[in-house]
Amino acid sequence: MCVLAHVLEAHGIATVTLASVRPVAEAIRPPRALYCEFPLGRPLGKVGDPAFQTAVLEAAFALLDVPSGPVLADFPEVVELDATPLACTMPPRYDPTLPPAVDEARALRAAWERSRAARGRTSVGRVLPGERIDEIASAFAAIADGTPWKDAALPDNPVGCAHDLRDYYEEAALALADAPDAAVPGAIEAWYYDVTEAGRTVLAARKAMQDAGAPFPLWFYLAPGTR
Amino acid sequence: MRAYAAGLPAPEFADPAWVTPVPLAEARVAIVTSAALHEAHDTGFTNDDTGFRVIDRGARDLVLGHWSPNFDRAGFAADLDVVFPIDRLEELAAAGRIGSVAPRHLSFAGNQEDTVSRIRLDSGPAAAALLTADAVDVVLLTPV
Repeated sequence: MCVLAHVLEAHGIATVTLASVRPVAEAIRPPRALYCEFPLGRPLGKVGDPAFQTAVLEAAFALLDVPSGPVLADFPEVVELDATPLACTMPPRYDPTLPPAVDEARALRAAWERSRAARGRTSVGRVLPGERIDEIASAFAAIADGTPWKDAALPDNPVGCAHDLRDYYEEAALALADAPDAAVPGAIEAWYYDVTEAGRTVLAARKAMQDAGAPFPLWFYLAPGTR
Repeated sequence: MRAYAAGLPAPEFADPAWVTPVPLAEARVAIVTSAALHEAHDTGFTNDDTGFRVIDRGARDLVLGHWSPNFDRAGFAADLDVVFPIDRLEELAAAGRIGSVAPRHLSFAGNQEDTVSRIRLDSGPAAAALLTADAVDVVLLTPV
């Protein structure tokens, strides 16, 4: 971002950068940057809070009035990550012959479809559409259970598969009726990896791939580096 | 993750450019994000993509195509404006705070090679040319 700011400015366009990592902004020194200490992935700070988002934009655009630069300012309010998992009811086991993650993924289908319809968009589909997400869950379950990762019928790049599964769950979470804390940063991610069968299965598959000597980028990026 | 990103190599810019913008109330504003967003019908990003995608002003069927698992994704799923504040810009334009909203906005992938040379020499200038063709005065850059 900070590099692009220099490039655009050199071509005659004034830029304002929302900076998410202050030392990077300090090093690259884009013409105008507003450092916002918000959870990574939420550069405008708060979900569903137009007034807060507008306040961030107003603070950023105010830097256009500074006569010379580079200028690096700090947005005064910090938004903290909260790793407390989202609290919501999970579907009961339906078909005990299936791996738990597959059964669970199928059971969340209605919630995911409601979510997609309500929002008019989905990020699922990098590898497979949401309607076929159980194929991805099945492949990761097989790896977690000891099937060599190359034999597990992952339909494409494992990382792309992992993104589809996570996006499916995180979008479904938005439509679970008893999930009022969906806007809390970190809550849905923690729910996915700490509570759901799918998230825990991906983490187990990731460990199995690491132990089997799979190429680093193929297992490491299946989940956040902090896990 | 923040600590890791802070330790990445950073290119230096000697004698950086500085543009004095038109007054904000007259400025045409575009968003350029590094969240690897793209319209649902458009081509997704590869995991070493140095190009950009165009997002029309009215598009809301956006996909988060970034390959990094190391940032919150649920926020975008719940509210695209928390990453791509297009509705906030429309409100600011309607209120007269900014001059207008650009017809086209751009999205790059934030995970770039260390030298970022392609963005500096190729896709970045191409993006600037597109924005200039749309008479954009001010760009708001949003990361993830």
